[in-house]
Amino acid sequence: MSALISPPAPGGSGPGPVVGRLLRSRLAAALATPHGVDRYLERFNPMWAAHEVRARVVSVHRETSGDAATGSAPVATLTLQPTSTWRGHRAGQHVLVGVELPGTAKRHTRAFSISSAASAPGERFTLTIRAHDEGQVSSYLVREARPGQLLHLSQAQGAFTLIESPATPTISRLLFITGGSGITPAMSMVRTLLRDGYDGHAGRKVTFLHFARGPEDQIFADELAAIAEADNGVDVHLRYGDQRFSEFELRRLVPDYRDTDTWLCGPAGLVELVKDAYAGPESSGGALSPRLRMEFFKPAVARAAQPADGEELTGEVTFARSGASAPASGTSLLQQAEELGLKPDFGCRMGICFSCTRTKTAGAVRNVLTGEESSLPDEEIRICVTAAAGDCHIDL
Amino acid sequence: MSIDTLSDPAAPADEKYHGLTAEQIDRLGAELDTLRQRVLADLGEEDAAYLRKVVTTQRKMEIAGRALFYLPVVGWLPAVACLSVSKILDNMEIGHNVMHGQYDFLGDPAFNSRMFDWDTVCPGEQWKYSHNYIHHTFTNIVGKDRDVGYGILRMDPEQKWHPYYLGNPLYAFLLMTFFEWGVALHDLEVENIVSGKRKLADNKPLYPGLMRKIRRQAVKDYLLFPALTGPLFPLTFAGNAVANLVRNVWAFNIIFCGHFPAGVASFSEEETADETRGQWYLRQMLGSANITGSRLMHLMSGNLSHQIEHHLFPDLPARRYPELAVEVREICQRYGLPYNTGRLHQQLWSVFKKICRYSLPGGEAKVAPVGGPGAVTEDSLAA
Repeated sequence: MSALISPPAPGGSGPGPVVGRLLRSRLAAALATPHGVDRYLERFNPMWAAHEVRARVVSVHRETSGDAATGSAPVATLTLQPTSTWRGHRAGQHVLVGVELPGTAKRHTRAFSISSAASAPGERFTLTIRAHDEGQVSSYLVREARPGQLLHLSQAQGAFTLIESPATPTISRLLFITGGSGITPAMSMVRTLLRDGYDGHAGRKVTFLHFARGPEDQIFADELAAIAEADNGVDVHLRYGDQRFSEFELRRLVPDYRDTDTWLCGPAGLVELVKDAYAGPESSGGALSPRLRMEFFKPAVARAAQPADGEELTGEVTFARSGASAPASGTSLLQQAEELGLKPDFGCRMGICFSCTRTKTAGAVRNVLTGEESSLPDEEIRICVTAAAGDCHIDL
Repeated sequence: MSIDTLSDPAAPADEKYHGLTAEQIDRLGAELDTLRQRVLADLGEEDAAYLRKVVTTQRKMEIAGRALFYLPVVGWLPAVACLSVSKILDNMEIGHNVMHGQYDFLGDPAFNSRMFDWDTVCPGEQWKYSHNYIHHTFTNIVGKDRDVGYGILRMDPEQKWHPYYLGNPLYAFLLMTFFEWGVALHDLEVENIVSGKRKLADNKPLYPGLMRKIRRQAVKDYLLFPALTGPLFPLTFAGNAVANLVRNVWAFNIIFCGHFPAGVASFSEEETADETRGQWYLRQMLGSANITGSRLMHLMSGNLSHQIEHHLFPDLPARRYPELAVEVREICQRYGLPYNTGRLHQQLWSVFKKICRYSLPGGEAKVAPVGGPGAVTEDSLAA
């Protein structure tokens, strides 16, 4: 893009490019020390920012309404107007969304895939979110997000992105295998290709193989039908219910799939089956084809059942950074870490000084002072007064 | 509960700790834990809204202060006033409390104790170690709590006298004037280096952070903002210096009223060696003093006017201290414990007398157990 073209800022949000450069200058930083420029701007208008990214919800579109009987959760697409600090995203990337849930004032942050085509700096984009049963944040966003609401964002992140573009065409054929809400990043890729005039003919076919619970649970159904209908070289194959992934079928659709650039995103069961199909022969060590790209969200740590009185606590404490782990003992995580020979920072050892604060990335813990249990991901805990209440991962 | 037996002078003294039996102390601890639990469970949007409102006020004051320096002569005094208020709010109701982790529950990086830094030359990172850990864990244990006299003053008879301490009032005056620098240099533990307990090399890792913070603060207040006012440079420079001075004097006075008024107990390393949670609570109560005053006074002191409640619950949002104080007072009354509070001028006078008294050798023995002749409380519980 030519440097002369200033980033589009629909809705007139945020300062212009000159003001933006000024706000990001060393002088502005020196004047705003120690708090930083954003700490001043946000007090006046949350859509003014020099570094941080925030967004307003422009509209909420209900994709599916879910069905309690079949256990399928509703899905909504949120259109967001980011601050001018948004650097744009490449198709397939995700973004961290921070939101204060009503009643608690506590900000929760979760990763969501971007469903719209690649965006330019400051440009609107969409998130398509399924309201998971255990996901407080996803449930809230799907059911209660309203236009005008403010969200805290990260920049787009993730390397599960499209390499193909109309500007740098290759002769590669492309294959997307997705399941459930794993369709979202692949949808962003296909939308980007079609928007930018990708020509699927001349041997550069795109194959989109998607697995969903059923037609009523299928998001983007109309758009997928339109894509399948159009003369664009994109084949769409939707499989519902009992139609599970099989290598046999894949081979029929894409005979040389192991040599085809493939993007895979879906639930663990699907991922395992596809990985088996892409694994090399036993003789060569079963290595995965390098053409297969996968997107993982944080692996869920199973929450151990609450031990009844007198029953033994089970679970594994993993100190992710050091790689050390031990069975959950019920003593403080600080003590468990020290018993493993780790030397985390600590102070009072009674929960008042916050010197030992660490992030629990996943799992269940119990505050030994209050007995309160929590299994929220990415939670800051004081390890001197926190014990494992099952499997847990600590960033230490 | 039988209150009569709580301070029964006939009971053998060796079974009691500051006037209470072990069982009473456990019960006291449990009561305070319950209180703490109740407030913790109630934290939420109101606390968040309050903090954000104070921060907005502080930012507006700061911007107004910086802007008013462009108005020659008539703008100067209001500019200094705004900037002084801004720095006081920033350091006390915002900085001190946020860096205690009081608002970590919000999950907002802007108010996270690990990320926040305040508008003083002291790097928050270093202050949190000496304050949150050392001072709040070992409060008033002579020899362990480095805030007893800040390593330069003699504030307790248990501190051995030395002719150096003849300068006590002078040192206190200098510390008041240069308080932010005193707080910054506090973490270097110079007194422990002099006494050989700490090596000079131990300070090496602290220097880069300290120098970076000092440089940034100095460049902002004494170079950039004055320069931006062009020919008014000297006036702006002086105004910024005065605002820092006002903050220094105010913060020093509030903080010295927290642990040094007459009647506040100090403790020895021996008696606190195997402390229970209840005993820790008791030490915090006996080792702190409050200041009575208006809501404005509480705001401007960062609610450190409720030093007793702050020391009992250092990680609860300070705006909760006034409501907690009602019950803490009632608990003190029930257990026959002193609740040391008084108006600002009374507490200051008491501290001033102490600074002068301990510049000379000797001094009264430690405050006697509750009910004894040394127990002073300026509070009238009936009030």
